[in-house]
Amino acid sequence: MAIQRLFIANRGEIAVRIIRAARELGIRTIQAYSEADADMLAVRLADEAVCIGPAPARDSYLDVGKVVAAAKAAGADGVHPGYGFLAESSAFARAVRDAGMTFVGPSAVTIDRMGDKVAARQAAEAAGVPVVPGSKGRVETVDEAVEIADQVGYPIMIKASAGGGGRGIRIAENSEDLRKLAPMAQAEALAAFGDGGFYLERAISSPRHIEVQIVGDGTRAVHFYERECSLQRRRQKVWEEAGATCLDEETRQDLCRSAVSLAEAVNYCGAGTLEYLYDPTRNEFYFIEMNTRIQVEHPVTEMVTGFDLVKEMILVCGGAPLSVTQDQVVKSGHAIEVRLNAEDPFMQFLPFPGKVGKLSLPEGEGIRFDHFMYEGYQIPPFYDSLVGKLIVHGKDRADAIARISAALEDLEIEGLKTTAPLHKALAKDRDVASDAFHTQWLEPWLEAGNLTRAQTGG
Amino acid sequence: MSQVLSPLPGTFYKKPSPDAAPYKSKGDQVAVGDTIGLVEVMKTFIEVKSDASGTFREYLADDSCPVMAGQPIAGLE
Repeated sequence: MAIQRLFIANRGEIAVRIIRAARELGIRTIQAYSEADADMLAVRLADEAVCIGPAPARDSYLDVGKVVAAAKAAGADGVHPGYGFLAESSAFARAVRDAGMTFVGPSAVTIDRMGDKVAARQAAEAAGVPVVPGSKGRVETVDEAVEIADQVGYPIMIKASAGGGGRGIRIAENSEDLRKLAPMAQAEALAAFGDGGFYLERAISSPRHIEVQIVGDGTRAVHFYERECSLQRRRQKVWEEAGATCLDEETRQDLCRSAVSLAEAVNYCGAGTLEYLYDPTRNEFYFIEMNTRIQVEHPVTEMVTGFDLVKEMILVCGGAPLSVTQDQVVKSGHAIEVRLNAEDPFMQFLPFPGKVGKLSLPEGEGIRFDHFMYEGYQIPPFYDSLVGKLIVHGKDRADAIARISAALEDLEIEGLKTTAPLHKALAKDRDVASDAFHTQWLEPWLEAGNLTRAQTGG
Repeated sequence: MSQVLSPLPGTFYKKPSPDAAPYKSKGDQVAVGDTIGLVEVMKTFIEVKSDASGTFREYLADDSCPVMAGQPIAGLE
């Protein structure tokens, strides 16, 4: 049933974004907020607002019981989780539905399935989507490992079955290496995790992070093309583009079609993103994981397709069929988003939760600024440092870079330190201009002092 | 007698991890630069270091509670 009263279980810029989308659909909005967020922009914009607990997120935005009870008490018939917090919690999705409300996202079963790396990889393989080449499950002996590695190719990663978060990973350059490292990895895994099992995966040295936006209605899914998000610091994206100009047209079509196959195979409902690693040297892409929510960088896709993803996810989760067919999704030009975080890029990105002074925002055709600031707003220190996203749309990539550069010059946020200087420097960088970067590019670039040099003009 | 102040607003922690002991207890010697606690600001953990030396008396802020920049978090004597 179509949602009439939407509870927004999130904060910051995405809460503002959801309120705007709901309002255009004629849906009444109820904004959740913590005690530290009573004066945030989304509270001012929403039709109603409900305090759900104290400042720490675990006592408010992350408390399933409190959020569901508040939504129910407010008479909501739908709950939008945004991104982060409880957006990918199957327990939350289940609790919302058990309370008789619509969850704006996929089913709890789908969240669990796609949130588990092994299950997601199996679902991908079953749908014919390529995954990073490697062993099929656990490898027990060194001879078996060498045999598999000869098929997969070197360099190859040896990963502990019980490991995680980068722990228990070794890279072998050749079979001699592998024979030496595999027993060590086995012994180490046994000592660290009580399980000596390991598996093998091809090591991709300078991969690009490319992802595909999809929306499904539970039966049918469409893609909204790809995004390029390789500029990352500490595994956080800082600059995102739509599309990925490093792909040729045939690869792009294959990539986007694979995402639709996987989304349809799991009867996906809502907005989702399939993340891939792309190996430019082989011109091959591999599915790595799926995010079962709207993403921070969704606006670049909206800019190039002219399609409102947040409205569509609210509609399909309310039971409507997809409003478009694949051939109606048309892409034009190129878009770039930069994330403005309240951090000092010249002080190791130290958070800077200041009070917003005078705001001068860039305006004009092809410029969008998604944010939650107003003059006099004190940014609370308890949550994420993202304060805004500057997005531009150009006729091609070079034009988009020129526009982001110009828009950044017109942006002024007094009272805060932000990552704007980083983006100004990136927009003038030669490697960025020639699209010659990968996921391991930005951190060495920062360590080499490129940002400070750009600042001093040296 | 002196106080250690929080350099930033955020959430204060007396302990390096939930299961660990507090950084300091009553009677501990404190040297300049010793870590007294953590402040979590925008998902980043910042160590709060003492800029004075002395004997640790008490924490003045509660564990896992919001603090303001400049707020006293510990007292030394």
